[in-house]
This record gives sequence, C-alpha cells and structure tokens, in this order.
Amino acid sequence: MSPDLVIVITAVLVAVPCALLGTFLVLRQMAMMGDAISHAVLPGIVVAFFLSESLGPVTSLVGAGAFGLLTAVLVEALKNTGKVKEDSSIGVVFTALFALGVFLISKFASDVHLDLQHVLFGEIAFSPLNLLTIGSVNLGPRSFWTLGIVTAVAVLLVLLLYKELKIATFDPGLAAAAGLSPALVHYLLMGAVSVTTVGAFDSVGAVLVVAFLIAPPATAYLLTDGLARMLALSVALGVGSAISGYYLASLLDVAIAGMMAVMAGVLFVMGLLLSPSRGLVANLLRRRRNRRHFARGLLLARLESLGNRASEEELSRRLSWDGGAVVRTLEDAMRDGLVLRPAAGEVALTRRGREAATGMGEGPAG
Amino acid sequence: MIELLRDLVFDYTIRNVALGSAILGILGGALGSFAVLRRQGLLGDALAHATLPGVCVAFMLAGTKNPAVLLLGAALSAGLGALLILAVVNGTRIKQDAALGIVLSVFFGAGIVLLTYIAGSGDAGQSGLDRFIFGQAATIVREDVVTMGVLAVAALAVTALLFKEFKLLSFDPAFAASLGFPVGALNVLLTALIVVAVVVGIQAVGVVLMAAMLITPAAAARQWTNRLSVMVCVSALFGATSGVGGALISASGSNLPTGPLIVLVATGILAVSLLLGWRHGFLWGWISGRRNRREALRRPA
Repeated sequence: MSPDLVIVITAVLVAVPCALLGTFLVLRQMAMMGDAISHAVLPGIVVAFFLSESLGPVTSLVGAGAFGLLTAVLVEALKNTGKVKEDSSIGVVFTALFALGVFLISKFASDVHLDLQHVLFGEIAFSPLNLLTIGSVNLGPRSFWTLGIVTAVAVLLVLLLYKELKIATFDPGLAAAAGLSPALVHYLLMGAVSVTTVGAFDSVGAVLVVAFLIAPPATAYLLTDGLARMLALSVALGVGSAISGYYLASLLDVAIAGMMAVMAGVLFVMGLLLSPSRGLVANLLRRRRNRRHFARGLLLARLESLGNRASEEELSRRLSWDGGAVVRTLEDAMRDGLVLRPAAGEVALTRRGREAATGMGEGPAG
Repeated sequence: MIELLRDLVFDYTIRNVALGSAILGILGGALGSFAVLRRQGLLGDALAHATLPGVCVAFMLAGTKNPAVLLLGAALSAGLGALLILAVVNGTRIKQDAALGIVLSVFFGAGIVLLTYIAGSGDAGQSGLDRFIFGQAATIVREDVVTMGVLAVAALAVTALLFKEFKLLSFDPAFAASLGFPVGALNVLLTALIVVAVVVGIQAVGVVLMAAMLITPAAAARQWTNRLSVMVCVSALFGATSGVGGALISASGSNLPTGPLIVLVATGILAVSLLLGWRHGFLWGWISGRRNRREALRRPA
C-alpha cells in the first residue's frame, strides 16, 4: 500500500468518528468539552506510554480514555459545587491536566519517543512506518487498528443509540421523563469523545483534533436541519477537509494535520458565506430584497392615497425619505411596470400598480 | 530555599523569568476576574491559540524576532479571531462554544502550517518561534520583560480608569446600556485588554496554557470575597504568586518546564481556596452549617 494512501486512510479514520461525535457536541453546545477532553487525555497518554509495553495498545487506549472521562466528571463536580461557573470549570480542569501531562513528558520522557511537537500536531506522516506486528506477523499500519476500533465504537454508538442520543440532545426533559438517564447519555458521549481523541492523538495531536470535532459539524449545521442529514454531511465535510488538506500539505511541504485543520476552517467559512438557507450572503440578499419590497409597497400606497398621481416633489415630501431612496424605489417600481411618468416631474400608478397598492392596504396617515 | 531566593534577586536569568511570570500573573489575574464573571473564560483560550499565525506572519514579514513586532502580530491575529467569533455568534445560529472551538483549532492549525513553512524555507533564526506554543519562560530576556511591563502597565491603567464601567458591564450590561454607557465599545475594549494579557502571557506559558492564567487565579480569588475590587487584587496576587512560584520551582531542578509549573501552582492555589476561602470555601460552609443545625435543634419547638 502506498504511503500516501495509508496517510489518507488514517486521516479519514480520524475524520469520521470526530464528525459523528462532534455533531452531538455542537448540538448540545458542548464544543469546548471536546477541546477540554482532547487536552486532558495527555497525562493518560503519557502514563499509558510508559505502561503500553506491558498492557498493549488497546488497554492503554482505554486507560488514556479514562482520563477524558475523569475530565468530564471533574468539570461536572466543580460546576455542581456552585462555586465555579461551567466555563471556568472547563478551563481550570483541562489546563491543569494538560500542564500535568507536559510536566510528565518534560520530566520523565524527554529522552524517549514522545516529544512535545508530537503532542501538538501529531505525526500522521509517520503512520505508514509505524506497523503493528504480533510475533512475526505484520498486521499493517498500527493507526488502522487503533483508529479502526475508534471509528467502529463511534459508528456503533450513533447507530445503536441514535434515537436515545437524538431525544437526549433535543429534549433532555422528555428524555428523562421517558426513563432515559441524561447523565448516562452525557457520560457515554464523553467517553466516546475521550477514546476518539486518544486514538486521534498520534495522528493529529491534541489541538487539531478539535478542528475535526467541531468545524465539520458546525459547517453542516449551517447547511441543513435534519439530524441524520447533518451527521452525513459532517462526515463528508470532515473527510473532504482531510483529503484536500493532505494533498495541499504535500504540495506546499507543510504540516499535514495543520493543513487539514485549515481546510476544515476554509470549508466552514465557505458554508458561513454561501449556505443557501442561512449563509451570510443569502441573508444579505434576503434582507436587501425585503427592504426593497417594503419600500416599494410604502411608495405605492402613498401614491394611491395621493389620488394615484402626484408630482415627484410632493411624493418625496410626503414620504420624507432621505436622499436617493425615493428615486431608487421609483425606478425600481417603473422597471416592473407599477408606476409610470405621464409628464416630466409627475408620477402615476399603472393599473397593476393600483392593484399592488390595494394589496398593500392603506398607507400610514399623514 | 535560601539559595533560590538569593538567585531570585541576583541571578540574571531567574530574575527575568520570575519578573516576567509575575507581570503575566498580575495582568492575567486582574483581567481574568472580569472574564470569569462575564463567563468568558474560554474566550481567552481561543484568543491565545489565535495568536500563533500572527506571530508567524509577523516574523515572515519583518524577518526579525523583535518581541514588540511578534507581539503586535500576535495581537492583530487574536483581534481577528475575536471579530470572527463575534461575527459567527451574532450572524448565524452557531453558538459561542462552537465558534470558540473553530477559531481556536483552525487558527492554531494555520499557525502550525506557517511554522513548518518557515522551517522549510530554511530561514536562519526561525528556530525559537515554537516557544510560543508551550512558552519558554527560561528564554525571557530583559528586552521581553520591558515589553511585557509596558504593555501590562498600560492595560492595568486603562482597567483602573474604567473600573466602574467594567464593573457595571460585568454585572448588569442591560442596566449599563440603559444609563447610556457605550456598552458595545466597552465590550470591545475589555476584549482588547484580554488580548493584551494573552499576548503578554504567551511567551511565558504558551498559547495552550494561557487560559489557565486568566481563569484559575480569578476562580480562586472568587472564593475569598464578594467585592469585585478585592477580587481583582487577590486574583492578581494569586497570579503573581503562581508566576513566581512556578518560575522558582522550575529553576530548582532540571527538565522542569516553567509554563506547566505556573499552571499547576495556580491550580493548587485554587484547590486551597475552594477548601478554605473566606466567602465560599467548603470548610467555613461546613462549619456554619453545623452551627446552624445545632442552634436550630437547641431552640425549643
């Protein structure tokens, strides 16, 4: 298998579980918990690194994931004391655990293969070289196995608990009334996010995994309304940013995972600007169209109340709009055949204009 | 211990590191109080990450590692990040948390890309930019301390002058608006001051841990008082203590990174405050709860 393909498949195996779980994080307004967990698993990874010789990769994956769950428990506990607000609790817990992790690496692991660069942006470029061998049997790239497990966990969680996740996300009250423990769903999700960030750690590092968790689902949220569609779209966007990021990075010879995060950001900005239903451009156009429509209606109604015909000067005085607004709206209405100019300086409603004005109802008195 | 204290005064490196960390602690603690009260603690986290591409671009454009130039770049890029967060939160249905997460990770990714680009272009003197990621307080020199000091004094002066306005903004923005205060402008100014604190801090603790310097001392100070003015001072004191404490511990042994130690000291202070804080600590709550219960039971029905 070519190294390019190994890297792309590894990236896709990061993007898919992140997109699935991130969708629920974004909808539950817990995006920053994803950030916190991805940082807080660091001490777990360091400890697992020392123990992995004796424990094997899967056990250390779970062990490190336990630190993520610990983060969720600590944040919840600190928040529930009522002494520290939720956002501060998140900030306090993850920075403390991350600092502990960096401390452990600097103190005890500075001479082994676990450096701080790796912590931040992973080493996805090395994934073709890092092979899993049991005995003398070569089982292919190690990342395929760890991330394959992670992806399977995330896909199974979403498929099996789709209904439960959906109801607990959109109506926690109803979920609780139906006998579904919101706390259980919360911790299941946090546990899955922990395992995912631990699995993704080798490839993209602690910070950039946040881009995979949050940006594709947020982009999908701008583009669609249904939960199933949003999940599918986030997966597609995540995979798209992974693949395009990889090829751009090799073209420019820069950090692969960093470029993937940038592409996730580029896709988000595109969605932000161009989403047909709620993009900024669509919003701007809609607002402009509404404003024009409203101004035209007012002008027609005023003209009707002046006896269907008036001098331009009179109309402008009665409307008391600023500057070119009257001229602009008149031209607009003339283009559509609602108003005509019977003589210089005079304007009158056409038959269609009268109908439109009647539709508008009476203009304001005055 | 005595030797360490002597080094604090006489050793050039340790003095600079401790001074720099103290400045950062004071500024982060003071401004963090407002951020924590306004529930914007994580904004500092996002803005800190957002400084990284600015540092790289400033280096690429100016070709120098002059701290003032790099910090200007950092501030501009954090400002851009803040604007984006504001635009996304106000212009779309995406909530603050997701907006923070996106700006944080994407800006950081862009920073990493630029770092590798600079490294690849083989520019002499590029090494050392990555100290902004984790911070390397040990590399703080006098020039840095002066830059940090000037920025900190300016930011603290503005905070002192506008203390009343910021107080009102933090507790009751609607009331502030009804009194005719320019709430929008004050909001921008307070965010800009937080950017200054972040920019001062990234050299010492790095972009990833900067959030702790804003949040942790302030959350600790909150346990000791209900008055904002006291909280700001106590928080600055806690921040400075963490800074100097972390710097000294890291100087006392080898392979002890300063930034994480500063954060761990701050976390320790928070733990003690949660337990013993005069106003909200567990211990006093437990004691007064016990006393109340006893008195309630003793009173005849």
